[in-house]
Amino acid sequence: MAIHLKETTKVLVQGFTGQIGSFHSADMIKYGTNIVGGVTPGKGGMKHLDRPVFNTMKEAVAATGAEASIIFVPPPFAADSIMEAADAGIKFCVAITDGIPSQDMIRVKRYMRRYKAEEKMVLTGPNCAGTISPGKSMMGIMPGHIYVPGNVGVIGRSGTLGYEAASQMKEAGIGISTSIGIGGDPINGSSFKDHLEIFEKDIETKAVVIIGEIGGPQEVEAATWAKENMSKPVIGYIAGLTAPKGRRMGHAGAIISAVGESAAEKVEILQECGVNVVPNPSSFAPVVKDALDKAS
Amino acid sequence: MDIHEYQSKEILSEYGVPIAAGGLAYSPEQAAYRATEIGGNLWVVKAQIHSGARGKAGGIKVCKSEDEVAKAAEELLGKKLVTHQTGPQGKVCHRLYIEAGCNIEREIYMAFVLDRSKESVTVVVSAEGGMEIEQLAVEKPDSIIKVAVEAAVGMQPFQAREIVFALGLDKTQVNQAVTTILGCYRAMRDLDANMVEINPLVVTKEGNLLAVDAKMGFDENALFRHSNISELRDKSQEDIREMNAADRGLSYVGLDGNIGCIINGAGLAMATMDMIMHAGGEPANFLDIGGGASPERVSKAFNLVLSDDNVKCILINIFAGINRCDWVAEGIIQAVEKIDLKIPVVVRLSGTNVEQGRKMLENSGLPLIMAETLKEGADKAVAAWKETGR
Repeated sequence: MAIHLKETTKVLVQGFTGQIGSFHSADMIKYGTNIVGGVTPGKGGMKHLDRPVFNTMKEAVAATGAEASIIFVPPPFAADSIMEAADAGIKFCVAITDGIPSQDMIRVKRYMRRYKAEEKMVLTGPNCAGTISPGKSMMGIMPGHIYVPGNVGVIGRSGTLGYEAASQMKEAGIGISTSIGIGGDPINGSSFKDHLEIFEKDIETKAVVIIGEIGGPQEVEAATWAKENMSKPVIGYIAGLTAPKGRRMGHAGAIISAVGESAAEKVEILQECGVNVVPNPSSFAPVVKDALDKAS
Repeated sequence: MDIHEYQSKEILSEYGVPIAAGGLAYSPEQAAYRATEIGGNLWVVKAQIHSGARGKAGGIKVCKSEDEVAKAAEELLGKKLVTHQTGPQGKVCHRLYIEAGCNIEREIYMAFVLDRSKESVTVVVSAEGGMEIEQLAVEKPDSIIKVAVEAAVGMQPFQAREIVFALGLDKTQVNQAVTTILGCYRAMRDLDANMVEINPLVVTKEGNLLAVDAKMGFDENALFRHSNISELRDKSQEDIREMNAADRGLSYVGLDGNIGCIINGAGLAMATMDMIMHAGGEPANFLDIGGGASPERVSKAFNLVLSDDNVKCILINIFAGINRCDWVAEGIIQAVEKIDLKIPVVVRLSGTNVEQGRKMLENSGLPLIMAETLKEGADKAVAAWKETGR
C-alpha cells in the first residue's frame, strides 16, 4: 500500500495536448500510470495519445471517473486549473507548473476551504516534480527508474535533490513506498506535516524522509508535530547551509527572510525534535538505514 | 523585483497614502530647481538606491538652502553607497529624490508582507518606527502588532481601526491612518506586490500623517499582468551577472568563494554548495541551469561562472532524468571545446544512461576530472582548487 497514488488510480492530465503535457503524459503512460484522458479547453472530442480529450474537468470526471489530476498548464492559468480540479471532485492533484503568482496561490488555498475535510482535494506543488509510488504509478516529471519499491516515504521541496536522495537509497538497496514533491514555492498546496500524518497511518511505510531547504516555516512545523505524534522514525535534511540571508536561491520559496528560516536554525530544531538529521547530502542512505535498523 | 522609494511613493499616493511634496533629480541643477518648486526652507535629498538603511550610509541629507541641496546632490550622484543590504560591493546612486522636510512628532513602523505560515497578507506595525523590523523583533518584540488579512474579502476597515487605536493615534488622525492602511493593502493586492513597507510613517508636529520612506517589492511571477510595474525596473541597481543570468533563464547568486558551481535544480544546487563547504571549500556561486541542462544552457553557464575572476575551479553536478546523461555530456563537450579553459573542471553526472555519459566525457580528450558521487565531486573540486595555489 502506498499513499495518494496506486496502480489503479485514474489520472487526468490538465494541459494534456500541449508540448510539455504530451511529453510527460507519454512518459507516465510508459511507466504504467493509469491515464484515462485529459483536458484542454476547446479541444474536447479529440483523441490524444489514444485517450479522450475534454473541454472541462467536470465533463472529464463524469466520463472517466478519475480521482486524480496532474497540471501542466502555464502559470497565468494554473491557479484557475487547480480550482477547476477541486470543484470537479478530484481527490489528489499534482501541480507541476513553476511560476504561479503567490497571491494566486493564496486565493487557491482560500477557495479550497469551502470543501469539507473529507471532500477536500489534496494538492501537491506547485513547482514540484510530482509524486511516485514506485512500481505502481507515477504522476510527475521524474525519471521513474531511479525509484525502487520499498517501505520508506519521502517528502521533498526540490526535484533533482529528491532524485539524488532516491538514487543514493536505491544504490543502498532501500526502497520507497511513495515519494511526494511538495514544491519550491512560498505558498504551496500541502506541507511536510500534511503528508507525515498520512505516512504515519500507512502500514507499508516504516520511516519517512523529509528533504527541506532554507525559507518558510514548514520543516519546523513538521518536526514539532512529529515529536508528539509520529511513531515512525523521521529522517531530515535541510539544504542551504551556505545560502546568504535575503537572497532567493532559485526556488521562489528558498529565501531566508525571517528568524528560524536558515538551514542551521532548522537543523537545530529538527535535532531537538528527535529527527535523524542527514549531516550532508551524500549521506541519505546510511542515516535512513540506521533509523530503519533502530526501529525494527 | 524591487523599485525605488520615489516610485513606491508615486504608486502609494494614488492609493491615498499621504506623502510630502517631492521630485526627482538627475543633476545638482535639477535638485536645486526641485527645491525651489517645492518651496519652504527645509528639504531632504535622498539617494535612490535599492536598499534600506540609506541614512546610515550617508545617502540622506537634510538641507536648509537651495545651495545646500545642490551641494548634497553633487556629492551623492555617482556615489557608491554601502549598506548591510547591498553587500560590500555597494550600489551606485544615479537618481535623487528631493522632498519637503517635516517636523517629526513620532514615528511608526508599518509593513505588509506575505505571511507563509498564515498563507495570507499580514500587516505588521509597531509604535517604534525608524528602527528596522529585525531589530524591533529582537529589542521590542512586544511593540509588534500583527493582523492577518482574509483573502476572500480583503482587508476590512475595522482591522485598520484596531491597528490605529492600538497605536494610540489621536482621534483626528484616525481617518487618515485608516485610509493609509487600506490603501497600502489595496496597492499590494492590485499590483501583486510581495512587500510594502512604510518606515517610518510619521506623525508631524502639525498632527498630519506622512509616509517618509516607502518601499515596495513585487512578485516576479506576476509581472506578466503588470507591464506598468515591469517598466519601473532599474537595471543599474542589479548585479550585472545575476541580471545576465536571469535574462538567459538561469538562476545565479554570486558568493565569495573560489569554486564555481554549475548544477541543475535549486535544491541540488544548494546541497552541492553545502557539500563543498563540508569538504573544506567555499562555493563561488549558486547556479541553477534548470531541470533540462541543454547544451546551450551549459555553455551559457560556463561563460557566466568564468566571468567571476575569483573562480579557480568549477564543479559541474548534473542529475539527468528524462534528459539523459549522454545528451548532457554532449552539451558539456560542446561547451568546453568552445572556451579556452584555464582552470580545472570536475564533472559529476548521475541518473539516466550515466555510464554512457561518463564514457563520452572520458573519451573526449578534454581535461575533465571525473567524479562518481556527490562527495567525490566536492572532494575533488576542493583538492583541485587547493592545487591551484589558492
